[in-house]
Amino acid sequence: MNTATSLATVSYDWPPLHEVLAVLTLNAGYNAASVVVGTMLLGIAAGMVGTFALLRKRALMSDALSHATLPGICMAFIVAAAIGTTGRSLPVLIAGAAVSGIVGVLFAQFIVANSRLRQDVAIGVVLSVFFGLGVVLLSYIQTMQTGSQGGLHHFILGQTAALKRSDALLMGGIALLALLATTALFKEFRLICFDEDFARVQDWPVSRIDLLMMTLVVVVTVVGLQAVGLLLIVAFVIIPPTAARFWTDRLGAMTLLAAAFGGLSGYLGSSASALFPDLPTGAVIVLVSGAIFVVSMFLAPGRGVVADVLRRVRMRTRMAQEHVLRSYFELFETGHYRDWRTSRVPREALLLYRDWHRRGLGLLLRLMALRGLLTLHGDEVALTDKGREEAFRITRTHRLWEQYLTTHADLAPAQVHGPAELVEHVLTPQMIADLEERLAVVGRRPRADAMPQSAHPLPDAGEGATP
Amino acid sequence: MTLTVQDFLQLDVPAMLAAFLACACCALLGNFLVLRRQSLMGDAIAHAVLPGIILGFLLTGSRAVVPILAGALGAGIVAAVLIELVRRLGRVEPGAAMGVVFSIMFALGVVLMEQAAASAVDLDADCILYGQLEDILWLAPTGWSSLLDPTVWADMPREVVTLFVVTAFCAAMVAMFYKELKITSFDPDLATTLGISAKLFHYGLMTLVAAACVAAFEAVGSILVIAMLIVPASIARLLTDRLAVQIRLSILAALAIGPGGYVLAAFGPFWIGGTDSLNAAGMMATLSGVLLVVTILIAPRYGMLARRRHARRLWVQPAEEPEGSA
Repeated sequence: MNTATSLATVSYDWPPLHEVLAVLTLNAGYNAASVVVGTMLLGIAAGMVGTFALLRKRALMSDALSHATLPGICMAFIVAAAIGTTGRSLPVLIAGAAVSGIVGVLFAQFIVANSRLRQDVAIGVVLSVFFGLGVVLLSYIQTMQTGSQGGLHHFILGQTAALKRSDALLMGGIALLALLATTALFKEFRLICFDEDFARVQDWPVSRIDLLMMTLVVVVTVVGLQAVGLLLIVAFVIIPPTAARFWTDRLGAMTLLAAAFGGLSGYLGSSASALFPDLPTGAVIVLVSGAIFVVSMFLAPGRGVVADVLRRVRMRTRMAQEHVLRSYFELFETGHYRDWRTSRVPREALLLYRDWHRRGLGLLLRLMALRGLLTLHGDEVALTDKGREEAFRITRTHRLWEQYLTTHADLAPAQVHGPAELVEHVLTPQMIADLEERLAVVGRRPRADAMPQSAHPLPDAGEGATP
Repeated sequence: MTLTVQDFLQLDVPAMLAAFLACACCALLGNFLVLRRQSLMGDAIAHAVLPGIILGFLLTGSRAVVPILAGALGAGIVAAVLIELVRRLGRVEPGAAMGVVFSIMFALGVVLMEQAAASAVDLDADCILYGQLEDILWLAPTGWSSLLDPTVWADMPREVVTLFVVTAFCAAMVAMFYKELKITSFDPDLATTLGISAKLFHYGLMTLVAAACVAAFEAVGSILVIAMLIVPASIARLLTDRLAVQIRLSILAALAIGPGGYVLAAFGPFWIGGTDSLNAAGMMATLSGVLLVVTILIAPRYGMLARRRHARRLWVQPAEEPEGSA
C-alpha cells in the first residue's frame, strides 16, 4: 500500500484568481453559469420550503423521503432501458424518484398508523430499507448489458459538474415554480404551522394544504438530487431554516433569511464544484450552509448563544447590583448606620447583611463605582446621589410588591420577601403606577416620596441572615 | 452454476458469518435505541462516524483496525455531544438538531474521502455505503475436513475477527449493565433518583453504537447498519412485551436477515434464471423490510390482523346471539 497518504501530501491546484472571479460572476461560460444559477434557485426554494418543514417538525421525514427516492430512480432507469429509450433522461429519473419518495413517506405513515412502532422507527425503517432496495437495483443495473449507468452514481453524492445545461435549466425552472408556489401559499402554510386546530375550526382544508406542503418538499428534493445527492439533500432543506431561526422570531423574516442562506450555499457550493471538479458538490454545499449555521448559532443577536449568555450575565449583574443598593438602604433604615453626612458603610456590614461571595462583592462594587452608583473609600462604600435615587426606587418597588402580595394575594407577611426579591428587578414604571392604584383601592396608597414600611421585620445588621 | 464445497467455504461462509455478526451486534444495541425512541440517533451516528473513519485512515495511511476504530468512536461521541449541544444551547428541536449535525459531519467525511481518493487509496463511497461483503475471503479451508484443523481457523478474515470481538464486547457490556440499561431506558427519572446516571448510560450506549457501526460498516456498509439497528428490534418489539425475550427475538431476526439476505443475493438470481449475483447488503436491508411488514400484519397480539379481529369481536358482542358457529 502506498504509505504517502498523509494529509500533507494531498493538495489541490488552486485555480487562478481570474478563473475564480469568472465563475463567481457567472462569466465562465453559459453552461457553468446555468448550473450555478440553477443550484442557487434550488437553494432558495429549499430554504423556503424547508422553513415550513422545520416548523411542522418534519426535518427527518425529508431525510426518509430523499433516501426513498433511490429505488424509484433505478426502476425508472430499468424501465426506460427496457422500452428502449435512454435511461439517462433526467425527467424520467425525476419522475421515478418522486413516485418512490412518496411511496416511502406513505409507508412510514402506514407503519405509525398500524403498529405500535413510533415515528422515529418508521423514518429509520423507510430510510434504510428503501435505500437497501435501491442498492440491490443498482447492482442489478451494473450487470445489465445496456451500457452506461455512470450517471446514476451522481444521484447519491451529487455532482453539479455532471449536470447538462438542459438539466440545470430544468432544475432551476422547477425550483423557481416551487419558490413561487410557496410565496403564493405563504398565508395558508403559516396558518397550519402555528395553529392547525384553529385552521380546522375556520374550515380551511388543512390536510390538503399539508399535502401541498409535502408535495413541495418532494419536488425540491427530487429536482435537487442530481446536484446535491440524495444523502445530503436533507441538509439543504433543514440547515438554512434552522440557521435562520436564530436570527428572528418572525416567520416572514425567517423564510426570507432561510431562502438567502440556501441560495448562498447553492451559489458558493456549485461555484466551488465548478472550480474543483473532484469535490462532491453536495458535501461542499452542506459545508457552506454548515458554516452559516455555526455562525448563526453563536453570533445571531436574537437567539444566538453569545447574545443569550451576554443577556443572562447582564441580567444577573443588574440583579446583584440592585440587591447591594437595597441592602445599603436598609442598613441605614434599621438605624445601624446613622451618619448621613459621610453616609459610609463598611464592606463587612454589607457582607454580613446578605450572603455575598466576598470576591464577587468586591468586583460588583468596583463595577458599580465605574457606573457612578457609589464611591469606594478603602473598606467603606458610600452611595452617590444617583445611587441613592436608585436604592430608594428599588427598595420602594420591593416593598410595594410585598404589600400587594399581602393585600391582594393573601400571602402571610413572612412569605412575601422571596417573590419580591425576584420581581423587583423587572417591574416597569407603568406596572408600579398600576400597583399604586391597586393599593389605593384598599386604602394603602403610598406617597410618591415616602418609603412604605417593610412587610416583615428586617434583619439586624451584623446578624447576617435575610428573612 | 455449480457450487463447490471449497467455494462455499472460502467465499460464502465468511460473508455469511460477517453478515450475521454485524446484524446481531447492531440488533442487540438497537433494542435499547428503539425503546428509548432514539432509533434516529443510530442513523445519525452511522452517518457521523464517517469523518472519524477517514481521518483515522488518512493520519495513519493504513486500514489498520485500531486507528479507524478510534477515529470512529471519537466522531460518534463528538456527534452525540454536538447534537445535545445544538439542542440545548441553540434550543433547536431534536430532529432538526440531529439532521444538522449528522449531515454536516457526513459532508465533512465525504470531502475528506475525496482527499483520500485523491491520494490513490482504496477507500471510496461505495465501500462505505454498501460494504464489501463479497470481498471477504477465507482462503484457508479447502473442504469440510479442513475445518478440523485449528490453523485454518486462525486464518479467519480480519473483518470477521473484528466483528466478532466488537460483538462479544457489546454483548458483554449489555450483560454486565443490563439492569442499568433497562431502567434508564424505561424510566430515566427513576434511574436518576436511584443514583444511576441516565446521561452516562446514554453516552455509553452511543459509544457502543459507534463501535458497532464502524465494525459493521466495512462488511455491510453504513446504510445496512441503520437498518439492522432499527428493524430487528422493531420486529421483536411487535412480538413481545418482555425486554429479555425481545432481545433474543431480535438476534433471531438478525440470524434470519443476515445469512438469509446473503443467500438471496448470491444465489437468488440464479434460481430465477439470472446470471449475476446482487448486492448482499442491500438485499439484507430489503429482506428486513419485508419481514417487518409481515410482522406488522400477522404479529399475534400487536399485528394489524390480530387487532382487527379483536376490534371485531368487541363490535359483535353487544349484538344478538351470533348464529351457527360463534
